[in-house]
Amino acid sequence: MLNKIIKTVVICTLMVTLGGCELALFDPKGPVGEQAKLLIIISVALMLIVIIPVIFMTFYFPYKYRTSNKKAVYKPHWEHSTKIELIVWLVPCLIVIALAIVTYQTSHSLDPRKPLGKDEDTVTIQVVALDWKWLFIYPEQQIATINEIAIPVNKPIEFLITSDTVMNSFFIPRLGSQIYAMAGMENRLNLMASEQGVFRGMSANYSGFGFSGMKFKTHALDQVGFEQWISKVKRSPLKLDEKMYQMLSKKTKDHAIQHFHDVDPLHFKKTIEKYTGVQSGK
Amino acid sequence: MTTAHHDALIDTHHEHEHHDTGGDTVFGFWIYIMSDCLLFATLFATYAVLSSSFAGQITAKELFDLNFVLGETALLLFSSFTFGMAMLYANKKQMKGMIAWLCITFLLGLSFLGMELYEFYHFSHEGATPQTSAYWSAFYALVATHGLHVFAGLIWMLVLFAHFKRDGISEENLVRLSCLSLFWHFLDVIWICVFTVVYLMGVM
Amino acid sequence: MVNKATIITDPDSLTGKLTWDSIPLHDPVILPVMIAVILGGLALLILITKMGKWQYLWDEWFTSVDHKKIGIMYIIAAIVMLIRGFSDALMMRAQQAFATADSVGAGFLPPEHYDQIFTAHGVIMIFFVAMPLVVGLMNIVVPLQIGARDVAFPFLNSLSFWLFVVGAILINISLFLGEFAATGWLAYPPLSGIEYSPWVGVDYWLWALQISGIGTLLTGVNFFVTILRMRAPGMKLMQMPVFTWTSLCANVLIIASFPILTVTLTLLTLDRYIGTHFFTNDLGGNQMMYVNLIWAWGHPEVYILILPAFGIFSEITATFSRKRLFGYTSLVWATAAIMVLAMVVWLHHFFTMGAGASVNAFFGIATMIISIPTGVKIFNWLFTMYKGRVEFTASMWWTCSFLFTFTIGGMTGVMLAIPAADFVLHNSLFLIAHFHNVIIGGSVFGYFAGMTYWFSKATGFTLDENLGKIACALWTVGFFFAFMPLYILGFNGMTRRLNYYDNPDWAPMLWIAAFGAMIIFAGILVQLYQIYISIRDRNKNRDLTGDPWNGRTLEWTTSSPPPFYNFAIMPKIHDRDEHYYKKEHGIAYEKPDKYAPIHMPKNTWAGIVISGFSLIMGFACIWHIWWMAIFGFVGIVASWIIYSFERNKDYYVQVNEIEKIESAHLADIAEYHPISKAQS
Repeated sequence: MLNKIIKTVVICTLMVTLGGCELALFDPKGPVGEQAKLLIIISVALMLIVIIPVIFMTFYFPYKYRTSNKKAVYKPHWEHSTKIELIVWLVPCLIVIALAIVTYQTSHSLDPRKPLGKDEDTVTIQVVALDWKWLFIYPEQQIATINEIAIPVNKPIEFLITSDTVMNSFFIPRLGSQIYAMAGMENRLNLMASEQGVFRGMSANYSGFGFSGMKFKTHALDQVGFEQWISKVKRSPLKLDEKMYQMLSKKTKDHAIQHFHDVDPLHFKKTIEKYTGVQSGK
Repeated sequence: MTTAHHDALIDTHHEHEHHDTGGDTVFGFWIYIMSDCLLFATLFATYAVLSSSFAGQITAKELFDLNFVLGETALLLFSSFTFGMAMLYANKKQMKGMIAWLCITFLLGLSFLGMELYEFYHFSHEGATPQTSAYWSAFYALVATHGLHVFAGLIWMLVLFAHFKRDGISEENLVRLSCLSLFWHFLDVIWICVFTVVYLMGVM
Repeated sequence: MVNKATIITDPDSLTGKLTWDSIPLHDPVILPVMIAVILGGLALLILITKMGKWQYLWDEWFTSVDHKKIGIMYIIAAIVMLIRGFSDALMMRAQQAFATADSVGAGFLPPEHYDQIFTAHGVIMIFFVAMPLVVGLMNIVVPLQIGARDVAFPFLNSLSFWLFVVGAILINISLFLGEFAATGWLAYPPLSGIEYSPWVGVDYWLWALQISGIGTLLTGVNFFVTILRMRAPGMKLMQMPVFTWTSLCANVLIIASFPILTVTLTLLTLDRYIGTHFFTNDLGGNQMMYVNLIWAWGHPEVYILILPAFGIFSEITATFSRKRLFGYTSLVWATAAIMVLAMVVWLHHFFTMGAGASVNAFFGIATMIISIPTGVKIFNWLFTMYKGRVEFTASMWWTCSFLFTFTIGGMTGVMLAIPAADFVLHNSLFLIAHFHNVIIGGSVFGYFAGMTYWFSKATGFTLDENLGKIACALWTVGFFFAFMPLYILGFNGMTRRLNYYDNPDWAPMLWIAAFGAMIIFAGILVQLYQIYISIRDRNKNRDLTGDPWNGRTLEWTTSSPPPFYNFAIMPKIHDRDEHYYKKEHGIAYEKPDKYAPIHMPKNTWAGIVISGFSLIMGFACIWHIWWMAIFGFVGIVASWIIYSFERNKDYYVQVNEIEKIESAHLADIAEYHPISKAQS
């Protein structure tokens, strides 16, 4: 039994160290994820400047000054050194200043609201979180899907995100940032895929008993493939009308992928205004 | 330097060998008031966030009657004055004067509460209940929390009457009265904020 | 298990929402636990009755206003709740280890049960394990460190403790009556609102936290006044031991943040009970406001938990490096800086809510700034060991393990503080790994170090050192096995709170994590065994001098456990390391010329009775039994008023009694010579 455990542990450790490049966040498939990865690496590198000496000292000092080592210097009343104090305040300060600059810049450059390209190139996808499934509406193509999207590679995608239920978070790890979906509000998330593939998407914010099944597939396709996918959805016999939406709004777990060939282009707007009222604020 | 000075201030009480528990109580009560202040600050923040969330329902402007609220304010401000008078008599150990002023304070507080309840009744009647919209939820939460504090103050006053009846103006009872007085003046300050933030800014 | 039968829209006027169906008899997991708890509880009650100990418990413990006894009771309660909270953790790890599946039904726990477990785990570990450990240690140590005979408001201290117990009891009732919240530990609305959680689970959460939270607020006021006004003559602020300093700052944070919790819980209660619209989706409600409010409390809360742990490490490092603490002044300023910054970083818990880039950057940078004073503290501990004589006692093991573990947690914390990185790490297992890294590797290791260090001060005998070291090793190794995989899974895009997942690549890491949890479990078992062995061998481990570690601060001048009045004569303070100063100058343990009578508070029934009524009120409100709620409320007010009319709340300890206790202690000192140890 113990052998087995040890074996598993060893194998897994190897898998991690060798297969590290397969981690979703370290193998991003889009520019946003790419920059986030770079940011993570830079921040770790900056911090290691202080973390490595600290970790070294946490082992070396107690070892060197152990009671049995009578050769080591012993200064029981030594309690202050301006030099050391200056260093321990200044070095972290400098690192934080460096990090702060990076933080300020990336907060703006990676702002999820910031468009990734020209307006006319951008594909808009409206996202509605439901219990417990994702409704996607392509307003320009006038199609809608449940738990599946397709996006063209190398084209900026703008997700407009809201919720018709509790708070959720829209997240496709391989592409980058996530953002909350909240009722009565529209959040924007700009992403782009630079490689073809199928990527996992999910709700990252717990939303109730069916939360674990609230996942979707993202197909990043070339332009031709994307258009084929659109026409495939258009051939679907289902239409997203009021009655269908009522059905979708009911709580379901592990909802299957569904396609709708037609949808009210104002559906998304109406979903938000259901909560805010048309007066929106005032 | 300031720390040292601060130390000196805090350390003065150590001169007495016997521990100054009355002073501790009043100091502790101050700290409690600070935390209560933060409680109201949170409610004010909530109110500010929701101050225009009428959600298409009845608005504050349509209902607020400044003259009425001015009446409430006068009652409460005057009660702070009368409590001050009661405090003066208590410090002079004059029981009768103290009780008389305290009774006036009690009646003023009671009338304030009466007016507030009437206002709530009136608003609800006009269609503004705590359930009407987020604004009205925040309004009732803030104003009623103040009202509940006044109510608690009134109960406390009643209890103090009994304490004074039993023990007279004892050291312990003076500490109690000082705490209540702090509480009462604090509620006055809060009410002035309520008056400004909720009512004055509400009709603007 | 959420029981459909418990969604009751028209509660009965006599029994509210409570029906026979509220008891989860149908649940195969809960039923055996319920039977075991009922039988165990009955056995305990019968045992106490048989031994005739009720009177003793009531007189000496339940009604006690002695801060040392209250502290011990806090810690016992925390250990009991730790076992409960850790069982939840084990169930979660087991569930995730086996839950690779495309659809619901994997593993052994359905989401309706599993979701309550992770909610309960978080709530219990923070509110009913970490908090009572902090408050318990503060109770035992702070008055002794500042040379006080009790806290400023002994009755309020007892009340605080019993209000905390009420919260813990309510949480445990939820296991067997109805259900607990299945919303995550901070119960974000609208999910926690009545529309999406019509069951009583959230109500248990609300009332348990509200009642124990009020107790904590009272503790904050109490210790703030105690530390500022009851220090021994001559003790300047900058001469207070660091644990007292960090406790002071933690209490300031309690006073500043718990009112926010009170309001937030109240508003959610109003939403659920009378249909207001603070946080609902419709009619202008604002869920983002809840998230802001709960974290405006929640972030300071994190520092309430960690600051006292920092203080503990400071005391231990100095004592066992046989050296003065390095950089006392900068440690104190660092603590104060953390205290202030803790209030202005709450937004970093929800960068992904969609605030503007500049707002996010502000809060991100503010968060990083906290790492500066925190880093300074770590350096100060390291340089305390530097040129010292480090003695590897069990508490020092915890400290060294902390230094290593916490540094890693700090680093991942700064990563999460960068908004653009947080956008991919938030809500992932990386986040889970991070906060367990700082809470276990920081706070919990600190409390265990403190418990080991001060155990003899509270009980009169030391904990078994070897078992303590084994426990520390198991916890540390277990921690790394349990949480390093979660960091990796976070990088691999696995989010938190999943009941099942369709990605088989995640499974091996989750097995390792489960294995790590088992190692930690072994560590807990060793700790329980350690306590058992130490009590069994207490005569062998007895601390007769009151100073088993050659300590430096004031608490080591008295006997272990100290007499109920702590100090026969108020100590006059000369130095920051007062006890060490006296030992060095040969003036420790001098017999005073004469004793004076000591003024002490009497025990009181009021704390436990008022709390008993609040238990009734809380329970009644959860189940909508309004007559009972009114009864409970009137009971609270009436007993408080009756208590205020009580005479003779205090008394004087007579000189001959003091003389008797003190000379016994001095005789022990003469026999066991603690001073000679100081000079070695």
